[in-house]
Amino acid sequence: MGIGKVRTGMYGVIAEFTSPAELMSAAEAARDAGYTEMDAFSPFPIHGLHEAVGMRSTGMSALVLGGGIIGGLSGFFMCWYANVISYPLNIGGKPLNSWPAWIPITFECTILLAAFAAVFGMLALNGLPMPYHPVFNVRRFDQASRDKFFLVIQARDPKFDLDSVWKFLEALHPREVVDVPW
Amino acid sequence: MAERDQTPAHEIRPLTQEIPERFIPVPTVEPGHTFASVTDQISAIVLRKKMPFLWWVGMAASCVGVMVLTATIGKLLLVGVGIWGINHPVGWGFDILNFVWWIGIGHAGTLISAILLLLRQEWRTSINRFAEAMTLFAVSAAGLYPALHTGRPWYDFWLFPYPNTMSLWPQFRSPLMWDVFAVSTYATVSLLFWYVGLIPDLATLRDRARGKFARVIYGMFSLGWRGSAKHWFRYESTYLLLAGLSTPLVLSVHTIVSFDFAVAQVPGWHSTFFPPYFVAGAVYAGFAMVLTLAIPARKMFHLEDFITMKHLENMGKVMLATGLIVFYSYAMEAFFAYYSGNNFERYMWLNRVQGPYWKMYAMLLVCNGLAPQLMWFRRFRTSTVGLFIVAMFVNVGMWLERFVIIPTSLHRDFLPSSWGMYHSTQWDWGMFIGSMGLFFFLLFLFVRFLPMISIFEMRTMLPEAQTHPEGHEA
Repeated sequence: MGIGKVRTGMYGVIAEFTSPAELMSAAEAARDAGYTEMDAFSPFPIHGLHEAVGMRSTGMSALVLGGGIIGGLSGFFMCWYANVISYPLNIGGKPLNSWPAWIPITFECTILLAAFAAVFGMLALNGLPMPYHPVFNVRRFDQASRDKFFLVIQARDPKFDLDSVWKFLEALHPREVVDVPW
Repeated sequence: MAERDQTPAHEIRPLTQEIPERFIPVPTVEPGHTFASVTDQISAIVLRKKMPFLWWVGMAASCVGVMVLTATIGKLLLVGVGIWGINHPVGWGFDILNFVWWIGIGHAGTLISAILLLLRQEWRTSINRFAEAMTLFAVSAAGLYPALHTGRPWYDFWLFPYPNTMSLWPQFRSPLMWDVFAVSTYATVSLLFWYVGLIPDLATLRDRARGKFARVIYGMFSLGWRGSAKHWFRYESTYLLLAGLSTPLVLSVHTIVSFDFAVAQVPGWHSTFFPPYFVAGAVYAGFAMVLTLAIPARKMFHLEDFITMKHLENMGKVMLATGLIVFYSYAMEAFFAYYSGNNFERYMWLNRVQGPYWKMYAMLLVCNGLAPQLMWFRRFRTSTVGLFIVAMFVNVGMWLERFVIIPTSLHRDFLPSSWGMYHSTQWDWGMFIGSMGLFFFLLFLFVRFLPMISIFEMRTMLPEAQTHPEGHEA
């Protein structure tokens, strides 16, 4: 379980709450208290919580736009290269670069690569897949996917001091506070 | 389960005698649910050991269908597409007809999950997962047809542009090639969208499952999801972006499917209004199929709290609206045939009404013209039996529509010397029944192993999920 583990090998201290509003105010209190390295866990997305734990932008829009542009250009390039450069066929003197006929494929490639960028970019930026994570050591953490809400303050936080973090978290009236071992 | 014994709020309120019942909104989740009860009730369907008897009956019937499909494909690979009823002049018969039918059915799933999300239609939440699964399985069933219709399916990889020793490219100017790109992109993006939606729920199942095997499998597919606020932030952004990408995609797919016909010169196909006509028909067919599946599933798994009458009624309304667009298109086909002054166009329409396949056209008008009109009446929209019957009419009607468009247009084109008749064979029916078997087989597996309602989205629907009741930050 890890509560009795050596404290030097610690990931952080976690507090459990029973409502999204409590987690929200706890995270805001932690931010106001000057903690920077923390994370909150909830069974569903809570609006504004990411700002409380110190995250501004997702970086997703630029990524997806980039994926879409690359997809569109490569889709069009493929059709153009095949019909103009690689295997030109003169059919009744019609133009080789018959671009309107390539719009559907260009469009589909745009969507496909943008969607790949969205999904794989989201997973990569989130650091998933990650089958092991220290918070899974917390006995009650399986409730984070049901109806409980958690706030962890990490040991690498410059302000991290075990006793003061414990005191701080307990003052927020959580259901319980637990050490998280690595 | 105790929550269901309480009287829902909308049944108490009419006692005040002030608000007529029809003005009282039906809730999207029955009152009395908590995060825990929503989680437990939906995940229990998957995690329990025994499935209802009806599930086994359905699964057994679907397995028979899959065997029919396997036998038909086996025969097809041994003998060739000659076992089907296609001939000259009707080169596209059941194969393309069923392809279009299935792919149209799939479109409702994307519409519900993407377009209704962007339009902030909250009632979509409890049916989107189910509808997306339906999309995926309908596209799988659809994909079989063109793949086998090529005649030598073991060369199907020639459809994709890859460096080859023949130094040849696919014909990028052909609508059939556009179709390959559209359908494969659609299948891929639908799968990604569905899977991304599933990740948090797979984590819930990982944490709830008792058996070690189930824990490991759900754990692997949940990718170690832990519900971090930072992850949720990116996740929601991704989900919205995917919805934004899927919306034009779903419109493009049936547009391109309609190009298969509209770009050709056959009378009855060569029309500029085919893309909107086909897209409306796809949504119409898809909502009918969602109703066909949701009404029994809701009953079988006791999901009346989550799939309320409001969902069913709204789907009935969408069916009516798109049904009217479809019916308008039939009227326009007739009008264009008359107004074009073109002999072949006129003959095409007269042949539909009076020719050898007139019965198909008459049944089409009954199924797609008359039956959905019942949806004007609240009594039918709020009755599961009424909705189910209308949905079955629509399912049949949309199949007939494709029959009227494809074989009926082909069998008598420009030259009377090249006229012929189309007769389907037992192998055509084998493919059709088999693809239905495959569709239901996958669907029954899905409801057994994956949550058919998005658990985390249902949690956000509950009133206690609101953190800022007073000051809403933009």
